[in-house]
Amino acid sequence: MTRNVIRVEDVSKAYRLGQIGTGTLSDDIKVWWAKAQGKPNPLLKIGQDDHGNRDEEYLWALKNISFNVREGSVLGFIGRNGAGKSTILKILSRVTAPTSGYVKIKGRIASLLEVGTGFHPELSGRENIYLNGAILGMKRAEIDRKFDEILDFSEVEQFIDTPVKRYSSGMYVRLAFAVAAHLEPEILVVDEVLAVGDAEFQRKSLGKMGDVAQQGRTVLFVSHNMSSILRLTKETIVLEKGRMVMRAPSPEAVDYYLSAGNARAGERIWEKDEVPPDATPFRPVALRLLDQKGKVVEVIRSVEPFAVEMEYYLDSPLTGLRIGLYLNSARGDQVLTTFDTDDGARFEKFVSRKSGHYVSRCEFPKDLLNDGRYVLGVNASSYRIRRYFMDEQALAFNVDTSGAPGMQWAEPRPGALRPRLEWKIETK
Amino acid sequence: MLNSTITDAEIEQTDPDDWDMVIGPQRNLLDLRLRELWHSRDLIMLFVRRDFVSVYKQTILGPLWYLIQPLLTTIVFTVIFGNIAKLPTDGLPSFLFYMSGTVIFTYFASSMTKISDTFVANANMFGKVYFSRLAVPVSVLISSLIAFVIQFGFFLVFMAYFALRGTPLHPNWWVLLTPVLLLMMAGLGLGFGIIVSAMTTKYRDLRFLIQFGVQLLQYATPVIYPLSSMSPKYQALIRLNPLTSIIEAFRYGFLGSGSVNFLQLGYSFAIMLIAIIIGVIIFNRVEATFMDTV
Repeated sequence: MTRNVIRVEDVSKAYRLGQIGTGTLSDDIKVWWAKAQGKPNPLLKIGQDDHGNRDEEYLWALKNISFNVREGSVLGFIGRNGAGKSTILKILSRVTAPTSGYVKIKGRIASLLEVGTGFHPELSGRENIYLNGAILGMKRAEIDRKFDEILDFSEVEQFIDTPVKRYSSGMYVRLAFAVAAHLEPEILVVDEVLAVGDAEFQRKSLGKMGDVAQQGRTVLFVSHNMSSILRLTKETIVLEKGRMVMRAPSPEAVDYYLSAGNARAGERIWEKDEVPPDATPFRPVALRLLDQKGKVVEVIRSVEPFAVEMEYYLDSPLTGLRIGLYLNSARGDQVLTTFDTDDGARFEKFVSRKSGHYVSRCEFPKDLLNDGRYVLGVNASSYRIRRYFMDEQALAFNVDTSGAPGMQWAEPRPGALRPRLEWKIETK
Repeated sequence: MLNSTITDAEIEQTDPDDWDMVIGPQRNLLDLRLRELWHSRDLIMLFVRRDFVSVYKQTILGPLWYLIQPLLTTIVFTVIFGNIAKLPTDGLPSFLFYMSGTVIFTYFASSMTKISDTFVANANMFGKVYFSRLAVPVSVLISSLIAFVIQFGFFLVFMAYFALRGTPLHPNWWVLLTPVLLLMMAGLGLGFGIIVSAMTTKYRDLRFLIQFGVQLLQYATPVIYPLSSMSPKYQALIRLNPLTSIIEAFRYGFLGSGSVNFLQLGYSFAIMLIAIIIGVIIFNRVEATFMDTV
């Protein structure tokens, strides 16, 4: 028998679409005045509808979410962008109030939606530790007590009295995370803040998170990184378009999440309303996984070549566009990244692309992947200029290794790759 | 690392009898949550320190600016209104007259201007972590108070200088009213400041209006002229300004010119209370959802 420390009861959150009011007082007064006299809204553009009641245009970021959290459990939240993960964390951290429903909490709660909140560039590292700690809810005495530990963790001892504006971004993040890592609430709400810093520091931070979880504290954790979800949480909630679609042991939830959203296996088609408006002029159509005959498949054979194609429209010409594919294992480990203009000659040829209908197809050689489940992400960007579109979990597929090297031994083989390598055995 | 696959649904659960916190769509609008504010006193002091330290970092004169600002304002007033326009100053040296008005008015003006920026200026921080939102305006009141104390000390120095030169000044027991006057200034700055801050989350126009408005307000307050110099018609108008009685009383206590009018002070106090109550209601409303509008 365990005690619940969080109870979320039928929580919904609506955001009003478009601009709220008109943004300026004088315009709002004009609209109000016209309404009072029964005239049409003077600010509407010609041809635009007057809905009369604009309050009807809501976007439900969360709809009827209910769950509870036991003391000492570590619960993960996964979902695509816009599924409501951040909104639920914001409500739990009291940054914004729900539109309806209640959240009940027992115990001291701290939230970590970002590291380094309130850092002031002019203040020294030392001063910022105190300020940031206090913002996160620590008492001065508590920070005094942990100061050396925080300093040690941050690895920036010699710059502690330098203003943080002179820090490198790595140092800044390390200091910020060091403060956050030493919070000791009974309930900790964490957004994807671990995706910061260099690889080594990430490992250290993940380790610290693991410690927190093992100390019997309750942790709610949002992440895009399936491997950290699997490592840190036992149970995970899957959100989809503001609704809770599943609560299950993490491996099950991760698997569901990775396979969900594909209308047809082996193909991901983007509906109009799934493409954010800021993707313009890039308009994605579909991402497809093809076998060597060009057929859309969900399972590929390791011993055969396969291809991945991205179909899209450009509504106006673009310079420097590159289509990227990210191949990750289902646990979130990166396998490879490739761009359609990696090749020097093709890079020269496609410096700018006219508007039109395109397919960028990438052919993968045979004998590449090990068995297991993989996730393809896609991205359309101009290097250092802008990212037009991104879907980190566009498509999931399985690899079948029948006939691959080493299949005579029925044992799992670690690693994402299973190439056919040339071995020579010589007698001397 | 975690291998058990028992889900919550399979375990018998109990709810605690008393939840520590219930988050709902609406908060009690009149609830100031002073306990929460008291718990964030460390944070408030750190905000004060941050504002104090950061403002003058990378300036040559540093905290001296606290003295230069009122000094320059007073000199400008003395030259323009005293020497050129020759406005009456109740027989007092115009320099002291203007400085007394400027110093206490600045306390109100700077508190109110900064508080009115609470939500917009801290949107980023407020969007990431919850702490008592009132900690920000309260820290502004304290920072401004520190500035006031410095400037007030400076004023006393000039007062002593003029007294030593034989200028007849008449400080009297009414100086003891000063803390009350300051409290009222703080209350008015807080009340109007949080009203405006809550409204700026929706209407950014107010940000520009407030700078200009405070400047105009200064001319509707007896900072550069004594109330007694006005015709009765205008006096009545100026008396509507809740700052009027406070400045007059302050000046009367230290310099012996002006007036202490309890009816007037009571009126100012009432306005202050109303402003704070309205402010808290709007503040509480906006606080719950302003992250969706900023």
